[in-house]
Amino acid sequence: MVKAPRITLQRATAHITLWRGIACIFILAGLVAAIARFKLGLGATTHLSDQFPWGLWIGFDFLGIGLAASGFTIVAAVHIFHAKEYEPIVRPAILTAFIGYLLVVLVLVIDLGRPLNFWHPLVMWNPHSVMFEITWCVILYTTVLSLEFAPIVAEKFRLHAHVAWLHTFSLPFMILGVILSTLHQSSFGSLYLIVPTRLHPFWYSPLLPVLFFISCLASGLSMVIVETLVLSRGRHAILHPRLLAHLGKFIAVILALYLVVRFQDMVARHAFHGMKLLSYHSLAFGAELLIGFVIPLAMLLFERVRSSRRGLYTASLMVLAGFAANRMNTAITGLESWPSQTYFPSILEILITLGIAAIGFAAFSVLANVLPIFEPKPIVHQEEA
Amino acid sequence: MVQKKALLIDISQCIGCNACQEACKTENHLPPGEEKALSPTAYTALEAHGERYVRRLCQHCDTPTCVSVCPVAAFTKQPEGPVTYDVAKCIGCRYCMQACPFQVPRYEWASTQPRVQKCIFCASRLKRGLPTACAEACPTGATKFGDRESLLQEAMERIFANPAGLVRKIYGRDEVGGTSVFYLSPVPFEELGFNTRLGSAPMPLLTMSALSKVPNVVAVGGVMLAGIWWITHRRGEVARHEGRHPDGGEW
Repeated sequence: MVKAPRITLQRATAHITLWRGIACIFILAGLVAAIARFKLGLGATTHLSDQFPWGLWIGFDFLGIGLAASGFTIVAAVHIFHAKEYEPIVRPAILTAFIGYLLVVLVLVIDLGRPLNFWHPLVMWNPHSVMFEITWCVILYTTVLSLEFAPIVAEKFRLHAHVAWLHTFSLPFMILGVILSTLHQSSFGSLYLIVPTRLHPFWYSPLLPVLFFISCLASGLSMVIVETLVLSRGRHAILHPRLLAHLGKFIAVILALYLVVRFQDMVARHAFHGMKLLSYHSLAFGAELLIGFVIPLAMLLFERVRSSRRGLYTASLMVLAGFAANRMNTAITGLESWPSQTYFPSILEILITLGIAAIGFAAFSVLANVLPIFEPKPIVHQEEA
Repeated sequence: MVQKKALLIDISQCIGCNACQEACKTENHLPPGEEKALSPTAYTALEAHGERYVRRLCQHCDTPTCVSVCPVAAFTKQPEGPVTYDVAKCIGCRYCMQACPFQVPRYEWASTQPRVQKCIFCASRLKRGLPTACAEACPTGATKFGDRESLLQEAMERIFANPAGLVRKIYGRDEVGGTSVFYLSPVPFEELGFNTRLGSAPMPLLTMSALSKVPNVVAVGGVMLAGIWWITHRRGEVARHEGRHPDGGEW
């Protein structure tokens, strides 16, 4: 058991690095912006409008949910598919997912026009609404995540014997977690099924839920690779490079699957009909597909890339960037085909978003050091044969 | 059986006097002042298209998209036809605004307790057997209030009586599964800013196709995942067993 180092002024100030300074500035700025948002209302602090009721914050939520997909993909791989060699990355992935979902919920509440009523979907039901389904899935899944997270906290305070009972339910929880994740990851796509005449044909599809789900698998696994590589700096390697290379293969297959499904669907719907190569939407679409799917796929086909730290890192970051582009294009760019005004976030919207992202990084950094995320689990949790 | 009410708006007869908007604002206690477009303080407005005035308002659809998408069921389709909004339930997610195929709902962005604002078809007047305020105020009868079926009948009669003066279409009759506000126009509807690509299927059906699969995903997914766990778990058991008995056990 590692003893916590004594806090001295020297130790405290030694931790003030450039990144932490930047994070603190972003968090403070975000806090001030958030206070302004609540005091002055959405009209005064955002560029949201009747033509663009959803903007950067909803886009950020889409993105965050996809990145937090690292949680359920690795839990499924390790505990359901029994790929035990990936066990060391399970706890960091759960921590990422847990923080990610809490932040997504926080941004959502900030975006709501009447945030004090945020609890209403718990008692006011409309099962016909995709947003209702998402709300419930996210609530239930965050609960499952906290139950998966609880043993980690319990170990820190040597209370793991008290939560040992949780392990009896851990398989049903994990299966439930994977199902809930599948449902709401795809439902984020289903949100846009209702606007066929407004969302540009490059992004509108009856297969939106399927496409959102497939791409979230790619982004989840890419997030796992990025996390593993970043966290392995300054520590012993968390996962053997061969295992990361193997993940790279999975990502390549998922990307290929996505491209086939999407292109087949677009051709069947004549989505390319009358397309101008250099139009705003064509450029956005091209960038998203190239950076997020085609180029990383081509890269990951090569053993040399999969075995190289830099190659994996680059490919994974590209997948994440393309994923972000896809979600933003669906949520914002694709709707900008309106004859009326387009949308760009206000400074305050951006500051709040950056502040929340900074909180996420900071929280992960602190918790990863304070909680037993990287240490081997104590013997109490020997798995039964 | 409750008779469903509707509005018939004949664009060829509208003179742009704005009496409808004034009466609407009075009835709904909205701030006075002429407005040229729908807004949080204008449930109806006249859009000028050349010499024509096109009066826009909530269509009060038969299968309303807003009713379907609201997570807390803040919108309700009343039996007489109005689609009403309960602000007490609203959480301000604005999905209704995103989803409405006619882009009707407006938001009180300037408020710290914003409400969604749209025409409520004078629901309280209808309950008292009165027509909508706008229909009552219209001096030329361009806006007419009545029973849905008889207004549709009248619309068709007007078209047949005046084939040169009215386009042969009743906008709002079939769009998105049918609405409660019908338009007659002297020129093609596209020229007046109407969305004519909406089709006759209600939008909520698109979502239903996805949501109805949720029980499937849960059941099939649950069995599949549990099965995979069981099968791959067995491999671990077998490996441990063979580790202990290198000669292999029985069979």
